[in-house]
Amino acid sequence: MVGGTKKMKRSIIRESGSDRAFTIVNYVMLSIILIVVLYPLIYVVSASFSSSYAVLSGKVWLWPVDPSLDGYKAVFKNKNIVTGFQNTFIYTIAGTIINVIMTILAAYPMSRKDFRGRNTFMLLFVFTMMFSGGLIPTYLVIKDLHMINTIWAMLIPTALSVWNVIIMRTYFQTTIPDELLEASQLDGCNDFRFLLKIVIPLSGPIVAVIALFYAVGHWNQYFNAMIYLKDPQLYPLQLILRDILVQNEVKVDMLGDLKTAAARQGLRELLKYSLIVVSSVPLLIIYPFVQKFFVKGVMVGSIKG
Amino acid sequence: MYALFALPLLYIIIFKYVPMFGSVIAFKQFTATKGILGSPWVGFAHFERFFHSYDFWRLLKNTLSISIYTLVASFPFPIMLALGLNYVKNERFKKTVQMVTYAPYFISLVVVVGLLFQFLDPRKGIVNVILGWFGVDAINFMGEASMFQSIYVWSHVWQNVGFACIIYLAALAGIDPSLHEAAVMDGANKLQRMRHIDIPGIMPIAIILLILNTGQIMETGFEKILIMQNPLNLRASEVIDTYVYKVGLVSQALNFSYATAIGLFKAAIGFILLIVVNQTAKKVGQESLW
Repeated sequence: MVGGTKKMKRSIIRESGSDRAFTIVNYVMLSIILIVVLYPLIYVVSASFSSSYAVLSGKVWLWPVDPSLDGYKAVFKNKNIVTGFQNTFIYTIAGTIINVIMTILAAYPMSRKDFRGRNTFMLLFVFTMMFSGGLIPTYLVIKDLHMINTIWAMLIPTALSVWNVIIMRTYFQTTIPDELLEASQLDGCNDFRFLLKIVIPLSGPIVAVIALFYAVGHWNQYFNAMIYLKDPQLYPLQLILRDILVQNEVKVDMLGDLKTAAARQGLRELLKYSLIVVSSVPLLIIYPFVQKFFVKGVMVGSIKG
Repeated sequence: MYALFALPLLYIIIFKYVPMFGSVIAFKQFTATKGILGSPWVGFAHFERFFHSYDFWRLLKNTLSISIYTLVASFPFPIMLALGLNYVKNERFKKTVQMVTYAPYFISLVVVVGLLFQFLDPRKGIVNVILGWFGVDAINFMGEASMFQSIYVWSHVWQNVGFACIIYLAALAGIDPSLHEAAVMDGANKLQRMRHIDIPGIMPIAIILLILNTGQIMETGFEKILIMQNPLNLRASEVIDTYVYKVGLVSQALNFSYATAIGLFKAAIGFILLIVVNQTAKKVGQESLW
């Protein structure tokens, strides 16, 4: 007995050596991943706060050089960018509200065992994830509905994601006990009131996660805007970003009254970095608040429905 | 209850099933004045034209190589990250790594591609500045067809590694702690515990994800490819989806029917793949989707 414990103790001590090596390797590996992901982000933020000369001459590599706010001033002076921001705010908020309502309306009935035909409906929904009509037929439907070049084209075609319906349905099925429904029905509560007063208040975390997923989708949406919108006054921020960042279409009047070509060139680069920061910050501010619910949301969705 | 359900059902019918039936125009010569029903049937003419076209093999090759490359490159990293994080005792370090690695998922594709353009710019980009220190001549990364797919795939991994690891972290958290306790009692070290407890523990979920992704192999992240494209890299970057978009909505001679036929071909292959992969997985006795 005594020998046994001794043996075990020795083995723990011996193993702790290899465990220590494991821990060191592990921390080094994670630190490398951390730096690889973080560095581009830091670089962009630092560049956006530097002077245009420092950016152009490649002096920025970690922290801002000759701190200045010229890039941000140029961003907020630009009318297209400001309009794009306003449009994106409208699309994101209105679109997300529509999404969350539609998702609950689809998911709740399908979570109820007494909803006749729910398996058929589920199949009907899930099939659309595996097979779709494709880009052109969808475009023709939107066109026939006269949604082209209206705000509706940004809100209605993306009103529902079947994946999120599955996540929410699974959440309802696993967290809302049947007894609660039976008790409410005995008290004469109808389905709509039950959904509104009991189910939704119990589903805060999942609603938060799903609202965030939808909001990210709207905020970052550019493709639908590109094919459905013609009027630049309706353009969301991402389309304007695409013109400036990818196609390098920075109009001279965006850059103010700079005299030399070099100064204009410098401000053009600075403007890009500041624009990247400004357009990404709103989501990056919101997501840490919802982050603690992610695991729940992702895990619930992975349970076979 | 049916009243609640009416709106979502209507949405699915109008925006998913109507286009599905609208794709019959792949077998017709669609003209706007005659509408979908009035246009004349042409059978498989559009499909035959596509199979015989000069672009066909190139599109198929690009589509498959980009998605297989993405599949292979993006599979192991989230698992490694999750396994590593699982053994981190220092909560603050763990939280920091999670917070930072999730962040790129929330950045838009336009911004990610914009970042690529900034970093890889032949004159001002930091990558070429650093290469310059070692005497390497500036490389026009975005204009090199041979580099397109690697740039696409590795920036995809950068953006998604953190978010993809969440599901594995959740699976690891679900492993019975008594297994680890027993292993420690038996003198297993951390590496052995990882191999014999953690990896088998997350295997089912990894296989489900692999099935899902293999079924999606015809789907390329075409919104991202589209903004990364330029005439110089088109040889490696044109995929079925971007081609459909161009034929159907951009080109001088718009051809709705031809574009729809190409899209339908892709959707059909994808659907068959998903079913085949799932059946195979079932037969081998592993996890399956249904």
